[in-house]
Amino acid sequence: MRSVRLRRALVAIGVLIGAWLLVPTLIVIPISFSGEDSFAFPPSSWSMRHYATFFTEPSWLNALLVSVQLAVIVTVVATVLGTAAAFALSRTAFHGKGAVNGLFLAPLIVPGIVVAVAVYAAFLQWGLIGTPTGFVLAHTVLAIPFVTVNVGAALGGFDRTLERAAAGLGASSLATFRSVTLPLIMPGVLSGAVFAFVTSFDEVVVSLFIQSPQLQTLPVRMFTSVTNEVDPTIAAASTVVITVTTALLALATALRRNRRHA
Amino acid sequence: MVSVSPVDAAPAVPAAARRRPRGRPLLLLALPAVVVLAVFFVVPAARLAWLSVSEPALGFGNYTAMASDGVVVTVVLRTLGMAAVVTVLCVLCAYPYAYLMTMVGPRWRAVLTALVLLPFWTSLMARTFAWVVLLQDTGLVNGLLAAVGLGPTRLLGTTAGVSVAMAQVMLPFMVLPVYTAMRGIDRHLVDAAMGLGATPLAAFLRVYLPLSLRGVAAGATLVMVLSLGFYVTPSLVGSPQQSMLAQLISVQVNQLVNFGAAGALAVTLLVVTLVLVAGVQRLTRTGGAPVGLVGGAGS
Repeated sequence: MRSVRLRRALVAIGVLIGAWLLVPTLIVIPISFSGEDSFAFPPSSWSMRHYATFFTEPSWLNALLVSVQLAVIVTVVATVLGTAAAFALSRTAFHGKGAVNGLFLAPLIVPGIVVAVAVYAAFLQWGLIGTPTGFVLAHTVLAIPFVTVNVGAALGGFDRTLERAAAGLGASSLATFRSVTLPLIMPGVLSGAVFAFVTSFDEVVVSLFIQSPQLQTLPVRMFTSVTNEVDPTIAAASTVVITVTTALLALATALRRNRRHA
Repeated sequence: MVSVSPVDAAPAVPAAARRRPRGRPLLLLALPAVVVLAVFFVVPAARLAWLSVSEPALGFGNYTAMASDGVVVTVVLRTLGMAAVVTVLCVLCAYPYAYLMTMVGPRWRAVLTALVLLPFWTSLMARTFAWVVLLQDTGLVNGLLAAVGLGPTRLLGTTAGVSVAMAQVMLPFMVLPVYTAMRGIDRHLVDAAMGLGATPLAAFLRVYLPLSLRGVAAGATLVMVLSLGFYVTPSLVGSPQQSMLAQLISVQVNQLVNFGAAGALAVTLLVVTLVLVAGVQRLTRTGGAPVGLVGGAGS
């Protein structure tokens, strides 16, 4: 009797919290199809014009293109550097390894605003503010930890006898890596790459500091939009971003699950 | 989550491999990443720390000025208060939610997990914009409040609005460690307590609750850490008059171009964060959380 009541109360709380988690994520979708120039919800008319603005108005379209290109470059750079580092660190023991591991986790722990101000001060000095190089470097720093963590985990569950077998059969160490090790840790590499992409694509705080009016990423453009204007184009932008990141991260989860069952 | 590191995950190096130091050339592979992190992360952070004790004059002037500036003290206290409110809100919501996750069957558990992970994966900017829409004077929340006779009230630009939005952003960081801790609790212990004559409430309070506290402590510290340095949501949902520490740092840099003062504030925030993270590390040494936990709301 009592436990039935408790269960009902728990379910009610679960539904409320579930709604609290879900509604703010999804409410931007109907607003993006609104036919009005306000954030009214529910909209009284429907249209695709906010999407039309998003994909034609230069300030939005450029921001989207910058973000996509930047995220692709950062993904490649961070995945290559991060995978190489995770591989090296998992196969060697040396003094100070703890410190190096700490270095690889630090960007995840240090508050975003601290990274942003530090990078801004340095980039001012080095002339990297508002430059593509500056964006790539700053985002790569933030993305590398996700790659090393994911690849490190994949290497952790790895059977080294396979490598020794390949070497015993005469394969060079490069050939062993390419045809044995890499295919086996590939799910970890790919999910690291997805996290690297999303980290760059979503990053707001550091980008706000190192942007220039000529070079803005999509989250920066969205931030300025919320601060300065009432323009539902941002709802269309949000919907596009939500779709892209959710799809990619669901993919990463599927990859990780495959790895576990392998 | 912060305890997940490449070494933890790696198997112990066989003794034979350790004796032969043939790994040195292999280490070169780590060099490019180490250089990028050192030059574009460690050097900037160290430069900022140096600016805080050298700009405009050598010494701890920025720190003493910070401690004696009424505005800074108010903002720091407000930030601590906000972080505490958000943490308590998250504990109160996450505990029953995680408990429910342990009670239901696999299918509902997958649904409840997806509900936690979905916002976790959604762009922070999109979610913050959604909260601006929800909390506006004519927004959905005010509509609901009016329907039950409580509104409309001003929510956007108030600390109440900021705490509700921030707690939603932080909730996944709380639910997942609490759930991990609860999943590891042996239910037979609670049954045994009741079999020995404890009321269900007493069995919960004296057996289940203490066993789940580790997850709560880990989640609470994480939420606290993230809240202290949170910038995006307070800037957009809150108001400049009610600013938090991260906004103050941003104003020092962007409007006053005072890197010394900003550096002092940033170093203080960093030290507090590292102390709290070290605490979490000790608490969660044995239990690793999903890697996917890292990031997302970290800004």
